[in-house]
Amino acid sequence: MSLVTDTSTPPVAGFRVTRSRRSVAWTGVGALAVVVVLALFPYLVYSGTTTILVQAFIVLTLASMWNLLAGYAGLVSVGQQAFVGLGAYFVLILAIHGASPFAALPVAALGCGVAALPMWWLVSRLRSGYFAIATWVLAATIMLIIEKFSSIGGGTGMPLPGLAGLSPALLTAYTYWAGLAVTVVAMAAVYVLLRGRLGLVLTAIRDDEVAARSSGARVGLARLLVFVVAGAGCGAAGALLAISQLQVQPSAVFSVQWTAEMAFATIIGGLGTIEGPIIGTAVYIVLQQTLASYNAWYLIVLGLVAIVVALYARRGIWGLVDTHLSVRLFPVGYWLRTPGDVDRRSVRDV
Amino acid sequence: MTTSVDGAPPETGTPLLEVRDLVVHHGQLRALDSISLRVFAGEVYAIIGANGAGKSTLLRTIAGLHQPDGGSVVFDGGDVTRLRPERRARQGIVMVPEGRRLFGSLSVEENLQVGATYARPGPWTIERVYELFGWMRERRNQRTAQLSGGEQQAVAIGRALVANPRVLLLDELSLGLAPVVVQRIYGMLPEILATGMTVLLVEQDVSQALRVASRIHCLLEGRTTLESRPDEVTADKVEAAYFGLATAAAASGPSEGSEP
Amino acid sequence: MAWVNAIIQGVLTGGLYALFACGLSLMFGVMKVVNLAHGDLAVVAGYVAIGVITVTHIPVLWSFLIVIPVMAVLGYVLQRTILQSALDRSVITTLLVTFGLSVVIENGLLQFFTANSRGLGSGLALVEDSFSIGPQIQIAYLLVVIFAVAVVVLLGLQYFLSGSKYGRLIRASADDTEAVQLAGADYRHVFGIAAAVAFATVALAGLAYGMYSQLDPTTGTDTILLFAFAAVVIGGLGSLWGTLLGGIVLGVAQQIGAQINLSDEVLAGYLVFLAILVLRPQGLTARRTQS
Repeated sequence: MSLVTDTSTPPVAGFRVTRSRRSVAWTGVGALAVVVVLALFPYLVYSGTTTILVQAFIVLTLASMWNLLAGYAGLVSVGQQAFVGLGAYFVLILAIHGASPFAALPVAALGCGVAALPMWWLVSRLRSGYFAIATWVLAATIMLIIEKFSSIGGGTGMPLPGLAGLSPALLTAYTYWAGLAVTVVAMAAVYVLLRGRLGLVLTAIRDDEVAARSSGARVGLARLLVFVVAGAGCGAAGALLAISQLQVQPSAVFSVQWTAEMAFATIIGGLGTIEGPIIGTAVYIVLQQTLASYNAWYLIVLGLVAIVVALYARRGIWGLVDTHLSVRLFPVGYWLRTPGDVDRRSVRDV
Repeated sequence: MTTSVDGAPPETGTPLLEVRDLVVHHGQLRALDSISLRVFAGEVYAIIGANGAGKSTLLRTIAGLHQPDGGSVVFDGGDVTRLRPERRARQGIVMVPEGRRLFGSLSVEENLQVGATYARPGPWTIERVYELFGWMRERRNQRTAQLSGGEQQAVAIGRALVANPRVLLLDELSLGLAPVVVQRIYGMLPEILATGMTVLLVEQDVSQALRVASRIHCLLEGRTTLESRPDEVTADKVEAAYFGLATAAAASGPSEGSEP
Repeated sequence: MAWVNAIIQGVLTGGLYALFACGLSLMFGVMKVVNLAHGDLAVVAGYVAIGVITVTHIPVLWSFLIVIPVMAVLGYVLQRTILQSALDRSVITTLLVTFGLSVVIENGLLQFFTANSRGLGSGLALVEDSFSIGPQIQIAYLLVVIFAVAVVVLLGLQYFLSGSKYGRLIRASADDTEAVQLAGADYRHVFGIAAAVAFATVALAGLAYGMYSQLDPTTGTDTILLFAFAAVVIGGLGSLWGTLLGGIVLGVAQQIGAQINLSDEVLAGYLVFLAILVLRPQGLTARRTQS
């Protein structure tokens, strides 16, 4: 393809660069409708369903964050459980001091975002593979430190105070809405970030890091920002976890299983696509429900599927869909419209 | 034009190495457009052309590092097009790659030893390489990073020689080297050829190529623009073929490829 | 005197940790693969040994002769198939795939063998006995043997890499896979050999740990992988003997931590690791800073 460009003359007539406004509008309406319907669930369905959905919200939030890290910033972190645990403990500590756990949730998210800064400083110098294990070590270290404080349960954990006054039905509903809110905010944040300058920088880094640096992109800063946002997001999920479990146990909230779940869900759904985590979470929940009685099986199956997908279907299920249908629910790229161009497929999309 | 090194063998009989209608794409770009050539035993066959003409792509495809999108590579009568590069090397097609590509964490001698791992039987040994390049024996335990460009080039050639190739592919020997050094290296060609080797080389320095080659083949934007003996062609013709300033009629050999 | 004992224990444990780490280091140094399933494979080796011993009732040390070659072959196969495919795609893919393997292996072990821990060679004099130097220093024979084995393995690896045909090919392939192909070597096969060697050391590490302590499905990551990694970073990436030094520093840090507070053993090791990461990220033996 030869693009003949003469920079001294104005752009060739008829060519426009747009942000695909039409499909965004449809998605926005659709998303709003979905959220509204979901918000009504506590009135419509059994509490068993809302409980499962809270689980889904947690995994979806985590997966979106992991996708941001690995799929867009190229940071494979195997230690995000550190933030899950920290988020849970933030809520616990605040609840012990009299705050409502629900009010503590956003504080926990913020706190985790702040905690991400020194953690980034520790591990950011390492290259990919060793970066991954370092995050794991960091998570293990944080858990060991927290376990030393018996006032917050030590090694065995403790129940979450502050929610005893609520009736079970109300508690379930509030938990559900909190989960919905966390997920919506998390995904909206990811979408907004990727649609803006950060998204451009991250894509540039993904394509060619050296070129990105030399054209002025602040690579380190972009990655730091992503790490902090992911930390906050995972922290919010952890806070939600504490509320939904009504107890905080270090081995449960700091388990590497969280990373496994968010990673597998993202990979299967589609790494590097915003829609991917949604699909991956759905797959995860279905598998978990059908194999629930078989203990570790769902993780084994999930893991095997993730390996196969990583090797043979790099962009996951959504990637397969996308290749055939060229659909974008959450468009973050740019469309080049040529004069007389009706076919929206002839574009260079992100 | 000066005569070539070995007195130019006749272009008859079965070629040792043959390329037929080779097509290589780089994405949407046609790097090689239906290239054909034949190299006979004992020849020094030089491929010349400007940057991006496709010379290195051609050599790399012959060596097996690229899979062509069309056409074939035939060596000693057998089709090697689908053969992996290491198998071709073991059969006797050994390339000295562009930029030397020595093993940085290995010493000079270890580099040669790696080259000799799957060597064919023949006159070239590590000892003989040390004799060819007098300075190498004393510095054989040094890391290659401590050598000068010319010395590295010598080690790279030595690494290929100890495999006792039948066809030695030389990719841009003169790149990054001082003219004096280049002359000295090309000066070794007679001794190499005397052991029964055939040389196919890519060279950006046209006059250097004309000095050593028995036949030259000029590429321009992936197409053949000239194939001839150095003494049968004028400077103007070479220039025209090199730069494509006029439609150059090929003196002999295969016809040109089609228009893009 | 208890402190001297602690330090000696720590130094000797360093040998075990070096054994954990050399396979990880080898695979990363040669193929740029960080095998997150590294520790889990060591545990698998241990479980296989236990299985073999239970079925055939052969002496513990004889099981090594079966398990280690089997693991080496497994390493070759895994490298030629899954890991090479992952490598061909990208670095991230290798991480994802090995992480997936790690989770699958751990949960597989959990599913089939429960979370109970098992050991190798209880009742063996080698494992149970120790000797004393003075009243307060007690050293287990096993630890000394493991340390000696670690040194032998490291020497063997060093000799293999620097002096043998495949060792040269491995180092050359690590430098430049294309150039090594031009020299007639199939680098995928060479990588397979490197993986086989790495897996053999991993198996040895797992078996050693199974004798020194107990194995359960999570030992692979909780203990082996993270300790191996810490040892490598402390000692310095890319240095075999640095791994031994790193292992020793880690072991000593842990034992000193245990002296201060019994439950702080592991934490102390990690804190030292983090300190090295901050103060001297290239490790104790490397000369240049790692980018």
